[in-house]
Amino acid sequence: MATALSSNAAFFQQLKKYYLFYTGGFVSFVIILAILEQMGLPPRIIGYVFLAATIALYAGIGIMSKTADVSEYYVAGRRVPALFNGMATGADWMSAASFIGMAGTLYLTGYDGLAFVMGWTGGYVLVALFLAPYLRKFGQFTIPDFLGARYGGNLPRTIGVVAAIICSFTYVIAQIYGVGIITSRFTGLSFGVGVYAGLAGILVCSFLGGMRAVTWTQVAQYIILIFAYMIPVVWLSVNITGNPIPQIAYGQALQGVTAKEKELNDPTTVLGAAEASVRALHKEKAAEWGGKLKALNEAVTSGNGAAFLAEQKALVQAKLDELKAAPEPDAKKITTAEEDLKAFPANVAALKAKWVKAEKGAKAKSGPIAAHAEPFSGKGAEKKLLKENPAATPEEIAKAKAEDEKASNSKRNNFIALVLCLMVGTASLPHILMRYYTTPSVRDARKSVFWSLFFIFLLYFTAPALAVLAKYEVYHHLVGSSFAALPAWVSNWQAVDATLMKIVDMNKDGLIQLAEITIGGDLIVLATPEIAGLPYVISGLVAAGGLAAALSTADGLLLTIANALSHDVYYKMIDPSASTLRRLSVSKALLLVVAVLAAYVTSLKPGDILFLVGAAFSLAASAFFPALVLGVFWKRANHLGAVIGMLAGLGLCMYYMYMTYDFFGVNAPLWFDIKPISAGIFGMSAGFLGVIVGSLVSPAPSKEVQALVDHVRYPSLTGDINTNAA
Amino acid sequence: MQLTDKHREYWRRNLRLTAILLGIWFVVTFVVIWFARELNDIVIMGFPFAFYMGAQGSLIIYVLVIWYYARRMNQLDLEYGVHEGEN
Repeated sequence: MATALSSNAAFFQQLKKYYLFYTGGFVSFVIILAILEQMGLPPRIIGYVFLAATIALYAGIGIMSKTADVSEYYVAGRRVPALFNGMATGADWMSAASFIGMAGTLYLTGYDGLAFVMGWTGGYVLVALFLAPYLRKFGQFTIPDFLGARYGGNLPRTIGVVAAIICSFTYVIAQIYGVGIITSRFTGLSFGVGVYAGLAGILVCSFLGGMRAVTWTQVAQYIILIFAYMIPVVWLSVNITGNPIPQIAYGQALQGVTAKEKELNDPTTVLGAAEASVRALHKEKAAEWGGKLKALNEAVTSGNGAAFLAEQKALVQAKLDELKAAPEPDAKKITTAEEDLKAFPANVAALKAKWVKAEKGAKAKSGPIAAHAEPFSGKGAEKKLLKENPAATPEEIAKAKAEDEKASNSKRNNFIALVLCLMVGTASLPHILMRYYTTPSVRDARKSVFWSLFFIFLLYFTAPALAVLAKYEVYHHLVGSSFAALPAWVSNWQAVDATLMKIVDMNKDGLIQLAEITIGGDLIVLATPEIAGLPYVISGLVAAGGLAAALSTADGLLLTIANALSHDVYYKMIDPSASTLRRLSVSKALLLVVAVLAAYVTSLKPGDILFLVGAAFSLAASAFFPALVLGVFWKRANHLGAVIGMLAGLGLCMYYMYMTYDFFGVNAPLWFDIKPISAGIFGMSAGFLGVIVGSLVSPAPSKEVQALVDHVRYPSLTGDINTNAA
Repeated sequence: MQLTDKHREYWRRNLRLTAILLGIWFVVTFVVIWFARELNDIVIMGFPFAFYMGAQGSLIIYVLVIWYYARRMNQLDLEYGVHEGEN
């Protein structure tokens, strides 16, 4: 054992050397590109070089780590030091949504977006206290392994496999989507090609070396993504506040933002009056959309939906014809009209969804802006009442107040439900839990959770700062400036993608008002280098960082799905006598099938990404958490309890989503006003109840199972049974 | 294998530590969110308190909670002779 310890220490030193060398190499690579840029290398080439070089790098690590050993393939040989496992978990964890989407969500929603920041970090407390050390002591390959051993029989294992596949597959689609968006944006390839190009990078890595290759690639990816995130934010912080530590400096910026919010909402100031004029225009537009929607609904109820759709399409066509027939055709307007026609919804439901969105957007912009730091703002019913009717009676005021409070409380309850679902989901997602099988000991597993959260924390506690700094920039420098002198980053992004950045001079005063700006959340991270005035090479770095985040998460998820199928289904249930070689070939073949299937589903562009991600967490929380935690902390929990608990949890969670998420079209009333993304709160409760009731009505588990529980509770017992799988 | 009283005491102390740390987690997350509207009236260094907790404060506490748990449990392992390595 002493030699194992010293070899572990030597391995750690060696890794440290490799990765320091690697980081140095990467920094030099960025510097060389920066110099080439100054010498005139065009941005498009820089984008290509970045993406190609990083994917080649990941593939290279994958090839170097190829392995034919089962334990290396499934759990990286169980010798990943705590610190490196922490970095790998960080990359595994932080997806495209964290890297690109989070700061944007915070920019758009202020305090209410913090549910994601808290939910995606606080979950690690649960991982540390309830799962990681115990799973490491158990020490097999997958999460269904634990369910199978603890609860006996194939049924709990099978439910575990199904649940692992459902939530990982939902999540991996969101990741591959991110890969497609980044590759297409920075290289000009089409979305579909981007998806498959990124996928090739993922596969070379996990295909050859399984968990071992994925682990060492993820460490490399973490280093890239954290640099890519930090550099632009630090620079922006220096530009705006003069302080290079954004996490401290943004308090000052937040005060600036809050003061500006008050000014913009106050129609007696110059800026506020201009805003008010634009808001009035938005209000008219909202009414216009409302009228159109009413006509649509009437057409549908009277059975003329199809005719209405054709009529609307003809209107768009007529507009295009008119533009084309003009004495001096405006090429730009014609292209937009052609695109409008091409993108015209194929059915009435899609048309309605489009219009509802337009009405909602206009309505949101017709009202005052919400304060960034204010939690759960109400409906503003009281303010509206007093504005429209200054002589309102006390009863009317009280009624409006109650309405506001109800809206605000509902927001608070949903915030709490979402935070809880994200946290418990974090502690239940198999691709994360699996990582704690790879450390050398229980001791290292505990330390590794600390390192995991530490590395994740570095990015997550920066995102709120970035959101505020970007808002400061927009409120102070963009608002009030002239349309004739738009900053370069605004016109660039407007040209690239109108859903990310769009400015229209609605009230024709030649000046920019806040209500005239439409910003897509993803813009914040993508455009920060340009806002901060950094060279294009940093934009390339950010793209590489986003790609690293998406690829690393996709890697971990695909591996989880393939392992569940090859290890739990094939090896444990179908052919327990399969040879090592056969087990690995089956696993690799499945990996390929799952990856192609996931890419195919992604290319269909299903649903809303944020909902997919949230749904994955709710599903994982409902299916796994009760059975896993009670399996360690409650000896009495048994086979029947686990089966009932997992089925009830997963079933209820899926049922609620199906009934309430508008994608499915049922739209049943909400329970306690909780949104479908937080369905896990009902699923989890059902799960715990199911495990407890099911266990109590059937006999206590056998002596062997109780000994297994003792075994996982103590890092080392004399005469310990060995459950480590090889 | 038969557990001794010492083993049971180790597990009790683990449970107690887990419960205390879980309590801290609960307070900095859910109690702060519940009273967020009221707590935001307290402003420290430009940050409304509840906003700061959600954006950074709670995160720092999570990291510290996990750090302390790992440290304390690794000590308890040694104290109760259930650590890995020698046998």
